[in-house]
Amino acid sequence: MAQTGFGRRYFKAFVSGFFVAVPVTVTVLDRLAYVARVEGASMQPSLNPDGESSPDVVLLNRWSVRNYQVQRGDIVSVLSPKDPQQKIIKRVIGIEGDFIKTLGYKNRYVRVPDGHLWIEGDHHGHSFDSNTFGAVSLGLVHGRASHIIWPPSRWQRIKPSVSPERRPLLNWDGATEDGYDD
Amino acid sequence: MFRGFFVKTISFVGYTVQYGCIAHCAFEHIGKFVSCSGPSMEPTITNHNVFFSERVSRHLCRIQKGDIVIAKSPFDPKMNICKRVIGLEGDKVCTSGPSDVFKTHTYVPRGHVCYGPIPYALIRGRVFLKVMRIQSHFLTYTLPQRPNHKLFEFELLPFYVVFFNESQTSSINDPFLILLLFEIANK
Repeated sequence: MAQTGFGRRYFKAFVSGFFVAVPVTVTVLDRLAYVARVEGASMQPSLNPDGESSPDVVLLNRWSVRNYQVQRGDIVSVLSPKDPQQKIIKRVIGIEGDFIKTLGYKNRYVRVPDGHLWIEGDHHGHSFDSNTFGAVSLGLVHGRASHIIWPPSRWQRIKPSVSPERRPLLNWDGATEDGYDD
Repeated sequence: MFRGFFVKTISFVGYTVQYGCIAHCAFEHIGKFVSCSGPSMEPTITNHNVFFSERVSRHLCRIQKGDIVIAKSPFDPKMNICKRVIGLEGDKVCTSGPSDVFKTHTYVPRGHVCYGPIPYALIRGRVFLKVMRIQSHFLTYTLPQRPNHKLFEFELLPFYVVFFNESQTSSINDPFLILLLFEIANK
């Protein structure tokens, strides 16, 4: 008798804990932040500088992109437009209205359409990015990588940065940058 | 006395958080009631119809041709659009009018469904039930689903025709062409 009472109490506690823990966890992962391991070499040298031997783990902040506000230079995680099950992590090169000089895309210069982003990996030529599939819609943005949390020696905040040669030709604080004759 | 008040407050906050999280999970992963405005889906969905959109088939990638879906607009992520899926990846879609002499065709790129091709990942849910108010009673019935034999008569995109899986090649993924398709679709 005491056995069944204990079992029932245990079961009740388990169920009530389950109904608290699972929805709270899912909501936190959906709304606030979650962690993900970076795979592949497309973001070298910012992420995964040592290749596959020690993959970086990043904190993806979902709260900061809830209004779809993204800056140039941010590293964002995007649902792949080619495969909805896959997420890709790239750097934002251009936001809507920017004129971008592309690397190997079919048009040499592209204006990023409204509500879209131009994203590229830092490792040019080894990255499956906007130079392959074009600008991506802002609605696909999933999170912004804000910290590297593993390995511990690389623990740091990720600051937005764009290399000078990848800045947009127009719309960069109103200033124009050209002089890249080719 | 203060201690009792404190405990009550804490438990109230705890229950609020718990039920808020349960509601979030239900809305985000199972489905929710939405209301649609605008004439673009008449006569299937008229202005301010309320219907239930489920998200399970989107998570499982079970969206098919003929389904009515809710998707984020590719040009304004805060806006949702409600459209019928005309073509899936690999389909060939005719973008010219029925009276045009030259038919222009375009392929739907991989991972996209065709409403002026949009990425699959922008789809939020599939419209599943329509709720109607008839003489103050609520009545639910299912929408006509997946009318595969009537693919050519969609009210929304009269200029779109789908040929089934003629080719798996994808040739377009240019935002300008998408924009062009949008303009054709909205004509």
